[in-house]
Amino acid sequence: MSAKPPIATRRGLLGAALGATGAGLTGCDRIATSPAVNQRLNAAEGLTFHVQRLLLGRDALAREYPPSAISPDFRANGTVNPDSEDYQQHVASGFKDWRLEIGGLVERPLQLSLDDLRQAPARTQITRHDCVEGWSSIGKWRGARLGPLLDRAGVKPEARYVAFFCADTLELTLDGTGDYYETIDLADARHPQTLLAYEMNDRPLPVAHGAPIRLRLERQLGYKMAKYVMRIALIDSFADLGQGKGGYWEDRGYQWYAGI
Amino acid sequence: MKPFRERTRRGTTAVYRHPLLVRATHWVNALCLLVLLLSGLQILNAHPAFYWGEVARFAHPVAAIDAVPRPDGELRGRVTVAGASFDTTGVLGASKSGGEQLQARAFPSWLTLPGYPDLGAGRRWHFFFAWALVINGLVYAAYALASGRVTGLLWPSLADLRRFGGALWDHLRLRFAHDDPGYNVLQKLAYVAVIFGLLPLMVATGLVMSPAVYARLPILGDLLGGRQSARTLHFLAASGLVSFVAVHLAMVVAAGPVNELRSMITGWFVIRREKP
Repeated sequence: MSAKPPIATRRGLLGAALGATGAGLTGCDRIATSPAVNQRLNAAEGLTFHVQRLLLGRDALAREYPPSAISPDFRANGTVNPDSEDYQQHVASGFKDWRLEIGGLVERPLQLSLDDLRQAPARTQITRHDCVEGWSSIGKWRGARLGPLLDRAGVKPEARYVAFFCADTLELTLDGTGDYYETIDLADARHPQTLLAYEMNDRPLPVAHGAPIRLRLERQLGYKMAKYVMRIALIDSFADLGQGKGGYWEDRGYQWYAGI
Repeated sequence: MKPFRERTRRGTTAVYRHPLLVRATHWVNALCLLVLLLSGLQILNAHPAFYWGEVARFAHPVAAIDAVPRPDGELRGRVTVAGASFDTTGVLGASKSGGEQLQARAFPSWLTLPGYPDLGAGRRWHFFFAWALVINGLVYAAYALASGRVTGLLWPSLADLRRFGGALWDHLRLRFAHDDPGYNVLQKLAYVAVIFGLLPLMVATGLVMSPAVYARLPILGDLLGGRQSARTLHFLAASGLVSFVAVHLAMVVAAGPVNELRSMITGWFVIRREKP
């Protein structure tokens, strides 16, 4: 039997609370760093995800704004210029030789140039970008809708998530776990406003905002919207990616579901 | 609402003022508010600036907390509200926060959960206890409405409101009527404002900050003036709750902490002691 009786849960929390009198960390921080406590707290993320999906619907569109609402001071967060040699060569050549690979659990893996993406079914939207830090900015995005691209590649039935692998390394590690990546589920991937954006405010996407393409995943926070996307893979589980939490920031304690 | 049960033992008359459900939800609520405040300040530390409207105008915040270096190299903590700056070194903007030297930090470590900077953990605590607050609040509200507690005990009558001036004068002189098992008009107004005003405003402004909720209920965003306005109101409502708790605790101490605390633990509130 895997389910613990509720008393064990209570004892676990109590134990963590009683154990919270160590040196170095304050009492609160001993509780805050306890893996058992954090696991319990994570229950709220699942609750939020399921309740939001149930009550808010999968296809509700994020609000779109008039051009006058576009922020003149849209902030670029995270990496603003990946320093890898490969990436810098792409920038120098205007992403002429850059190809987006869509692979993994698909029938027909794709290699798409920036021009191919520009010819794909597109959408333009003026939406609000909400950063996990608390600020918001409004920008105009144009990009290829992810849904039709996935249809073109032919998603295998066992695929559950779309993974985005990026050119930016936020933390230098030997095993590559410091590289930015993100995962989203297929419901969000097929949402009409989910784009691989190649234009921002009517100009080619600037390097600071993720050139040549960034994900637009309206209805979730900014850290889900991977910049500098180099490769896309359909996967059935993200347990084997990075540290297994579904994204660079998720591996460092952020929530996988960022709709709140 | 039925009148309170009353009992007299050894010359002391008490009423059963708070049924178990009210006591339990009161303490769960208190715990939730404490955790939500501390984790909320952790989240706020990630971007300690407030704006009005839908988006941030980074160069023109309504209010902001930051740290600026002084000529001697030390940090100075600064709070700016509507253009006016205040030196808050040591507490806001720059604090030692457990270390030897001042560090740039909007709210000091003793006011955040966790005590060290960790936005992800702050959000984890915040949303868990936000759910707890909402579920606990709904249980309380359902009970309070169904039992008649809202109309019978909390909602001020016209006669109550006419006594406002007198009650205020009594409170300012710290004179409290202990023989009344119910609440006076100031209590009623404060409790109703918190239960049906500030707490629902906290939840509504919190929900508007969720991009998924906003997509479904943009009207809520409009009502609250946009996402950044909602974030600012969320902080102001939280400040209102902190003020309420401060006055609430002061009143408990002033009105007789033993009797007040007993009534919220056992339910029994002493209204009369006969002199031997």
